[in-house]
Amino acid sequence: MDNIDRQIINHLQDGFPVCAAPYQHAAQQLGISEAELLARLQALLADGTLSRFGPLYHAERVGGALTLAAVKVPPERYDEVTDIINAFPEVAHNYQRNHVLNMWFVLATETPAQLQQALADIEQQTGLPVYNMPKINEYFVGLRLEA
Amino acid sequence: MDATDLALMRATQAGLPLVPEPYQALAEQLGISAEQVMARLVAMQAAGSIRRIGAVPNHYKLGYRYNGMTVWNVPDAHVDALGAQIGQLPFVSHCYHRPRHLPDWPYNLFAMVHGKSLAEVDGQIAQINAVLGELNLGGEVLYSTRILKKTGFRSG
Repeated sequence: MDNIDRQIINHLQDGFPVCAAPYQHAAQQLGISEAELLARLQALLADGTLSRFGPLYHAERVGGALTLAAVKVPPERYDEVTDIINAFPEVAHNYQRNHVLNMWFVLATETPAQLQQALADIEQQTGLPVYNMPKINEYFVGLRLEA
Repeated sequence: MDATDLALMRATQAGLPLVPEPYQALAEQLGISAEQVMARLVAMQAAGSIRRIGAVPNHYKLGYRYNGMTVWNVPDAHVDALGAQIGQLPFVSHCYHRPRHLPDWPYNLFAMVHGKSLAEVDGQIAQINAVLGELNLGGEVLYSTRILKKTGFRSG
């Protein structure tokens, strides 16, 4: 990652134009060519520096459902339970955390009913209780991380 | 959200096409005009269905190795006021009120913090503590020790 990559990451966290040739527009502001911007974005996505580039949807406002859930996984079952939970396409991210509740995952579905079904299926397949923690209120979502 | 908005959302779930005219490419995929794609994206942004169009960096790759989920037990009567204040701190990426699961999990306020060193995150936690003051009935910081799964899907 060089300085141009850093500028691209910083600039494109703030938004992206909606016009016929948006990469050209953004590239001009960055002082590079459209082709270079496209190539660098491709590389930043391929090596995982960017996890995504595009519209970020507000799950509930588009009719979908989202929740954070946690499980207390016995250490000797950790790998097995990881495989079971990760196999659900509804599981968008899953993290090991340093707590008795040692597995934390985000479930995202197109409907609330699918979310409840996935939670029930995870409990049934793992035999472990799932601590469901859907948001009650949202105070802030965002943050630009300086590259 | 109508069927076309939903189709547009599905078509962009993995990201925006990396071609000179990405909205035209989406239009061809959906069988509508590029003008319609652009109008719908603008309308969805105005309605808040799209939070923003842009890049989502991987925290770790940018050197933010300490990503702490700070969780706090605060009186329910104060959670909205405190959440609003914590959410405005410049290092908090997400801040939510979530349900407790007593007795195991007494925490109802969640704030994600990000730093390049443990000392930096410790300073952030101290600032949250200062905002909560006497209304802080207890807290913990859970660090991610391993990414078990991470898809491109991002939403909030």
